[in-house]
Amino acid sequence: MPRTSVKLAAAILIDGVIDASWLFIVAVGLTLVFGVLNILNFAHGSLFAVGAYAAASAVGWYYGGDLGPPFLGYLLMLGSALAVALILGPLLERGVLRFFYRRDEVVLVLVTYALFLILEDATKLIWGVESYYASEPYGLLGNVSFFGLSYVGYDFALIGLALVAGLLLWFGLNRTVTGKIVLAVIHDRDISRAMGVNVTRVFAFAFTLGVFLAALGGAFTAPKISVQPGIGITVILLSFAVVVIGGLGSVEGAAIAALFVGFARAAAIHLVPWAELFIVYLVMALVLAFRPEGLFQRTAARKI
Amino acid sequence: MAGIVGTLATAAIACAALALAGYAAPNWLVLVATLAFSKGLVALGIVALMRGGLVSFGQGTFYCAGAYAAGMAMRSLGIGDATVLVALGAIAGLILGVIIAPLLAGYRGIFFATLTLALSMIVYGILNKTYSLGGSDGLNLHAPTFFGYHPPRSQDASYALFLFTSLVTVVAAALCRIHFDSVRGLLSLAARDNEIRVEYLGASVRWVNGINFVIAAVLGGVGGALSALSLGHIDPDFAFWATSGEFVFLAILSGYVSVTAVFVAAILLELVRSFSSQYFPNTWQGALGVFLLLIILFLPGGLGSLALRLRPSGAKPVQASADKSE
Amino acid sequence: MTALLETIGLQKAFGAVVAASDISVAVQRGQRLGLIGNNGAGKTTFVNIVTGHLKPDAGRVMLDGKNITGLAPRQVRRDGVSRSFQIPQLFTSLTLEQNLLMALAILREEGLSSWRSARSDARMAELDDLLDRFSLRPYRAQTIAVLPGGVRKLVDVAMAVTHQPKLLLLDEPTSGVAVEEKFPLMDVIMHAIEGTEATVLFVEHDMDIIGRYADRVLAFYAGRIIADGKPAAVLSNEEVQRYVTGGAA
Repeated sequence: MPRTSVKLAAAILIDGVIDASWLFIVAVGLTLVFGVLNILNFAHGSLFAVGAYAAASAVGWYYGGDLGPPFLGYLLMLGSALAVALILGPLLERGVLRFFYRRDEVVLVLVTYALFLILEDATKLIWGVESYYASEPYGLLGNVSFFGLSYVGYDFALIGLALVAGLLLWFGLNRTVTGKIVLAVIHDRDISRAMGVNVTRVFAFAFTLGVFLAALGGAFTAPKISVQPGIGITVILLSFAVVVIGGLGSVEGAAIAALFVGFARAAAIHLVPWAELFIVYLVMALVLAFRPEGLFQRTAARKI
Repeated sequence: MAGIVGTLATAAIACAALALAGYAAPNWLVLVATLAFSKGLVALGIVALMRGGLVSFGQGTFYCAGAYAAGMAMRSLGIGDATVLVALGAIAGLILGVIIAPLLAGYRGIFFATLTLALSMIVYGILNKTYSLGGSDGLNLHAPTFFGYHPPRSQDASYALFLFTSLVTVVAAALCRIHFDSVRGLLSLAARDNEIRVEYLGASVRWVNGINFVIAAVLGGVGGALSALSLGHIDPDFAFWATSGEFVFLAILSGYVSVTAVFVAAILLELVRSFSSQYFPNTWQGALGVFLLLIILFLPGGLGSLALRLRPSGAKPVQASADKSE
Repeated sequence: MTALLETIGLQKAFGAVVAASDISVAVQRGQRLGLIGNNGAGKTTFVNIVTGHLKPDAGRVMLDGKNITGLAPRQVRRDGVSRSFQIPQLFTSLTLEQNLLMALAILREEGLSSWRSARSDARMAELDDLLDRFSLRPYRAQTIAVLPGGVRKLVDVAMAVTHQPKLLLLDEPTSGVAVEEKFPLMDVIMHAIEGTEATVLFVEHDMDIIGRYADRVLAFYAGRIIADGKPAAVLSNEEVQRYVTGGAA
C-alpha cells in the first residue's frame, strides 16, 4: 500500500486506467448495439462470460499441451472471441431477437433478460460450475515498475488493446462507407431503409460486432480473473452503468465514462474499500442529476 | 360500489374454499401452496408496477428486507407470533419503499429495471459480508405461533401456516383488485400509454409510479416474511438476481388482467420447480428463460388473458398485453 | 380589465433555431384567436410554453394576473388552461370511454385518493353528456387503437374541454382530417364549448377555418409575430402573404 499521497494518486490513476480499458471494450459493444438496434442487451454480460470461458479453454488446451510459441496464445484468445461472435451473433440476432423488433421497450428488456438466463445455464452446462484459470498469458509480458509501484505488463497491453479497439471503431464508423451506413441507421432506421439500406444486414452486423466486443473483453480479462459463474451479472451491471453515464449510443461517451468509472472504482478500493459495491451507482446518480441522458446526449426528438 | 362488494364477497368465498382444500390436501401440497402464495404476493407487486409500465428486476430487495425483519425479530426480540412478524415485514417493505421510491420514480424502461436490479445485488453483497446477520449462511427460524396457538404436530403447523398465509394472500389480493379497479388503478394504465397526456390532464406520473412502487415494496416485504416462516430459513439469496428474476417471470406468466392468475401461476411454478430440481438441477434458469420467450411470443397477455377469452362476449374490454404496441 | 392570458417577451431557442423571439401577446376573455404561420414558425412552441411543457429562456406567462411561467403542465391544467394536440395524445390501449373517464376523474379531488371505481354514477352521467356533445357514443366501447383519425381528434379535443377550462388551446384541430370533415369538426368543437365562457386559441394551416372561426389572428414567422389583428386584415397583409399564405388570401 503506497504511503505517500503522490504514490497513492499515481496508484489510483494507473489502476483506474487499467480498469477503464476492459470496461470500455465491453461497454462500447453494449452502447453500439443500443445505438443501432435500440436494444439494451441484458445478455451482454453473459457474452462476456462466454468469451472468457472460451478463451480460458483455448488457453488451457494450448499451454497445457505446450503446443507452440507462447505468444501465439494471444492470437488464440483473439480467435476464440471471434469464434464466439461469429457463432452467437447471428444465432441470437436472427434466431431470437428479430422476432421482437416491433415490440415495445419493456418487452425487449424481458427478451434480453430471458437470453441472459438461457446463456447463464448454457455456460454452466458446457463448462461446469468450477472456476477456470487461464493465467499463462498474464505472465508473458513481464512486470513494469515505476513510482515504486509494480504492475504486470499485460495490464498495460490491455490499455493498448482498448485504445486500438476505440480508434478502429471510430475510424470504421466515421471514415468508411460501411461505417457511415451504420451511422445512418443509428440516426433513423426508417429513412435509411427508404433509401435502400439493407437495415436487416446492418442489424445483424452491428449485433455481431457487439458480441465480438463483449467476448473480446471477456477473453482478454480471463487471464486476470477466475472465470466462474456469476461474472456475467457483475459485468452487465458495470457496463450498464458505464453506458448510461456516457450516454446511450455514444462511443466517445463510453470511453469517457469508462475512465470515470475506472477511477471511481480504483479510488474506492484504495481509500474506502467497503464503498466499492456502490461507488459506481453513486457516480451514475451524480451524472444523471446534471445530465439526465448521460454525458453525450443524443438529440431528443420532439414528442408533441 | 358494486365492484368492491363483489370483490370482497369473492375474497370471503376464496378463504373458505382454500381452508377446505388445505384440510383435504396432502401435506406436501399444503407446503408447496404456502410457499407459492408468499412468492405470488411479491409477483403481484410487480404486476402493480407493470400496469404503470415499469418492470422491477430487483424486488428481491424488499423480499429480503421482509424476511430479515421477521427473522431478526424472531431471533433477537423473541417475537414468535406470525401476525406480528408479517406486519414487521410489511413495515420494513414500506419504509424501504418510501425511501427508495423518490429516487427511482423518475426512471423508466431499462433504466428502472437495471437500477432496481443493481440495488438488490448491493443488498445481497452487503448481507453476504454482514456476519452479525448470518453472512452467506443466513439464519434459521423456528416455527411461529398464531395468536398464542402453538401447533402441536408439524402437520398442524403446516396447515396453520397455510391458513394464515391464505388469509393474508386473499386480503392482499382483494385490496389490489379494488385498487386496480379504482380511478388510481386506471391512471396507472393510462400513464403506461401516454405520460404526457396524463400530466396534461392534471395528474403526476411520478406520483403514480411512486404509489405503485410502495405497494410493490410492501407486498415484497409481506411475501418475504411469509417465505421466511415457510422455509424456516433466511439468507442473502433472498436478494439475489435469480430470485428477483423468478418474481418477474411469475408476473409475466400471469399477466395483469386477473389477480387470481398470479397465484395459480405461482403454484404451477412451485410444482414444476420441485419436479425440475430433482431431474434437471442445472437448467432451471435456462428453462425459465425459454418459457419467458415463449410466453412473450405466444401469450403476451399471460395466463390471465386466457381467462378473458373464455368469458362471454359482454365482458369489459381491458387490454391485457404486457406490450403497448399490441 | 386584466387580459386572461398575457405573455411578456417570451424567448426560446433550440440551439441555433429561434422558436420564440420577444413574443408579447395579450388575449382577452372570450376571444377566438387563430395562430397561423409556416412550419417551424413557432406556433406550437408558443402553445408548449404557455402550457408548461417548455420553459422559456426568458419572458413570462401571466394567466389572469398570476405568473404561471415554468409551472408544470399539470399545475397549469389545474389553473384552468387546457390543450389539444397536433397528433392526438390518447391512451391507445384503453377504450374511448376509459380515455374520457380519465379526463373527467383526474381533476376531481376525491378522484385520486378514492378507492371507488372510475365508473361511479356521477361520473357516468358526465361521460354520457360528453359523449353526446361530441357525437362519440357509437364508439364508446372501442379501443382507441382501432379508431380512425377523425374520431381520435374528437376524443383528443373532448378530453381537453372537460372541467370548464378558462383557456383552451387547440393545436391544429383539423390537420389530417378530410376536407369535407373540417367544418363539421370545428362546428362540433365550438358547439361543445358554447356557454362555457372558454377563451380559445387555435393553431391552423387552413385559412378557411381561420376566416370562419377566428375573430383575431396572430401570424408567426421565424419565432416572431409579424401580424396581429382581424382575419381579413392579417390575411391581406403583405408579409403574411409572402411568408405564410403564399399569395391569394
